Amino acid sequence: MSSLHVTAATGTLFSPTSIFDPAGTPSHSIFGLSMLILGVTFAIFLIVGGLLLYALLRYRVHPGDSEREPPQIYGSTQIELSWTVIPILIVVMLFLTTTRVILGTESIPKPKQALDVTVIGHQFWWEYRYPGLGVATANELHIPVSDPSQPTPAYLTMSSADVAHSFWVPRLAGKMDVIPNRVNVMWMDPKEPGLYLGQCAQYCGTQHAKMLLRVYADSPADFAKWVEQQKQPAVTSFPGNAAATEGQRVFLHSACINCHAVAGTVANGRFGPDLTHLASRETLASGPIPNNAENLRKWIEDPNAMKPGSLMPAMHLNDHELDVITAYLTQLH
Amino acid sequence: MATTTPIMEVIDETEATGHGRPPVSVIYDWITTVDHKKIGLMYIFYALFFLVVGGFEAILMRIQLAVPNNHFLSPQVFNQLFTMHGTTMVFFVGMPILFGFGNYLIPLMIGARDMAFPRLNAFSFWISAFAGLLLYYSYIGASGLYAAGSAPDVGWFAYAPLTAKVFSPGHSTDYWTLGIFLSGVGSIGTALNIVTTILCMRCEGMKLNRMPLLPWIYLVMGGLVFVAVSPLTAAQIMLTLDRYLGSHFFDTQAGGSAVLWMHFFWIFGHPEVYVLVLPAFAFMNEIIPVFSRKAIFGYPAMVAASVGIGFISLGVWAHHMFTVGLGPAGNTFFVFSTMVISVPTGIKIFNWLATIWGGKIILAPPMMFSVGFLFQFLIAGLTGIMLSAAPFDWQLGNSYFVVAHFHYVLVGAILFAIFAAFYYWYPKVTGRMMNVKLAHWHFWLFIVGFHLTFDFMHIPGLLGMPRRIYTYEADRGWEILNLIVSSGAIFQAAGTLVFVYNLVSSYFKGENAGHDPWDAWTLEWSIPSPPPSYNFAIEPVVSSRRPLWDIKHPEDQDSEYE
Repeated sequence: MSSLHVTAATGTLFSPTSIFDPAGTPSHSIFGLSMLILGVTFAIFLIVGGLLLYALLRYRVHPGDSEREPPQIYGSTQIELSWTVIPILIVVMLFLTTTRVILGTESIPKPKQALDVTVIGHQFWWEYRYPGLGVATANELHIPVSDPSQPTPAYLTMSSADVAHSFWVPRLAGKMDVIPNRVNVMWMDPKEPGLYLGQCAQYCGTQHAKMLLRVYADSPADFAKWVEQQKQPAVTSFPGNAAATEGQRVFLHSACINCHAVAGTVANGRFGPDLTHLASRETLASGPIPNNAENLRKWIEDPNAMKPGSLMPAMHLNDHELDVITAYLTQLH
Repeated sequence: MATTTPIMEVIDETEATGHGRPPVSVIYDWITTVDHKKIGLMYIFYALFFLVVGGFEAILMRIQLAVPNNHFLSPQVFNQLFTMHGTTMVFFVGMPILFGFGNYLIPLMIGARDMAFPRLNAFSFWISAFAGLLLYYSYIGASGLYAAGSAPDVGWFAYAPLTAKVFSPGHSTDYWTLGIFLSGVGSIGTALNIVTTILCMRCEGMKLNRMPLLPWIYLVMGGLVFVAVSPLTAAQIMLTLDRYLGSHFFDTQAGGSAVLWMHFFWIFGHPEVYVLVLPAFAFMNEIIPVFSRKAIFGYPAMVAASVGIGFISLGVWAHHMFTVGLGPAGNTFFVFSTMVISVPTGIKIFNWLATIWGGKIILAPPMMFSVGFLFQFLIAGLTGIMLSAAPFDWQLGNSYFVVAHFHYVLVGAILFAIFAAFYYWYPKVTGRMMNVKLAHWHFWLFIVGFHLTFDFMHIPGLLGMPRRIYTYEADRGWEILNLIVSSGAIFQAAGTLVFVYNLVSSYFKGENAGHDPWDAWTLEWSIPSPPPSYNFAIEPVVSSRRPLWDIKHPEDQDSEYE
């Protein structure tokens, strides 16, 4: 059906979104902590569960046992003290270890080479802006791979345009909520190039389920190339492509531009995703739909048929208009 | 000192209820009653009705999630279902069923003839019942002038600003707000009644340190309801002001705070967990000793642990907000308070273990469900420790791991304790024993279904599946797990049907129970089954925590050891 393939996500352990397959510093330190806690709780489960099971088997009454009541024991200060003090010691140990991970993630200085990205949550898509680089894009976040000897982590400064969302790419970092009228910061430093998946983790309305996250970790050279390309204004002349030329005219004269921006044209809406380099993206509608001409046309015709609850209305374009607008948008590389 | 009053001897005078009276008069009797036992039963029936409704909603959601990209339900309907399921189960099943048991049992266990405020009791029940009906009326009435949506679809914690007029037009959110508000009024009324009854209506000789653990724990629960439900109720008023009178408490577009709502909600929401789980502890404290034939181990420690849990639970709410960006100081504080609560909780588990140890364990139906409770509550507590470590929670929060964790608490622990309580006190309430064979079917079907659903539900959370999504992508490795989770729902539904059938059929066909079928030790077993409307013909006098033990074992009085 699709002519373009959505790049397969990296990730090996059962799932491309497993928290036990960390690929960055924050997710890795959480992984270490989680292994410790799993070990401790599993040991407690074996001991307490084992004692319970033993007691149930050992003291179960059998037919023919004497009718006498067993000895009544009301308590024992020594025993009760011991099972108060030992858990307190375990709690202190877990608390100190946890605190170290909290501080190691939230209270470390930001490296000079860090990349700043502004993340804005919308119902039901993600807006990304790179203030230092003059790039604006949507739904597919590109960040450079971070070399531990010269770290270039991405610092995401996040807020929401409408309701609360949450940014969660399990292999890179824990989640951080994206809340209106509030600014949160998180960082991530993928060690290997690849595509890291995730999705919105705070219920945000009808299409919370299809507000997917795609983070592309590029090698420094690839990232520089991507930035260079995204900085360009949109293509505005299409020699030899009459459909795209007409499509651009229809686009710029319809209500599309109330919500969408195409840099270098009069379209500068901010309510919907920036379309300047739409054709350079692999997916539509915040992740669930492969970006190809056929899907794009269907999407423009009636977004709610593909993603019910999407806030983009059907514009009631005729077949010809749909064809030419699709021809135009597929040229926005 | 031996008990002198012959409390086992009662005037055998059963009431002329039901038989031969016109149905209208019977219904009138129930509607106008202020008898704590009838109000307790009405709470329980009403909660059982909503348990079936909420369970049906869960089954619809599990059908939708059984396979990826399913079109069984639209996203709008799915979002309404999880909102209604959560709201129903917490406010119209959990709270009323536990208030129902409390209403029925507390006066009987402390030797009183009724609750302290019988009319307030009736008012609280009827206002709560009305609240539940109001919430469900939203399916019919909520579209209003805007014709947008019907039932509320904002999630049971209804985070701002999704509840603002601009994101939630129509009246569905108003039905939710008013339902919660009225249910809160009823809960506070009943809590007031419970606390007053326990403090002021105990029979002669029942000092606080001789009171059975069930009323002790309900005392803590009542106190928690005051502190926890009041902010929730206040928040509903603030939200309504935002929606209709242009205030800006939670209106982020006008400088309001979304995080403020989270604080209001969770300062209710976490103590609420203990409001629900403390009565489950209370049932265990009554049932486990009787079926181990031993006194509860470490009574003073059990009381101290319950009171301790009550206080600490008021200082842990922001562990629901580790991903909000509270900063390292806030996160660290709530990690500590949350981990500390595992100490008194652990004491309880150890004391139950010590109560069983050296006893003579009788695996009658109440004890079977109690054993299920012990293992499942242990696991729920341990996954709770995982979630209390903030960085681990940054991964697990709002994922299916959390859904599995709190269902382990609510179903694996609380619902199992409630089933145990049904089997234990049914003979007292009806005078009939429940069918044991059906109880075994219920137990095994339910426990298999429970573990299929909720054990496997942890794993998709570890693999990155967030909660509250109406469908999911096929390439994430979640498909088989979700299919297993959904299949468990069938067993649980079947088990519940067997249970309901058993409740009804045993009422007509069950063996006669007599006063004291379990050879138990607390006051409710000293009077006929079902108890007469005045409970105690002669007000009892007690001299220990187990008055009936003293009567049955005159040579070995509890009071000698306490």
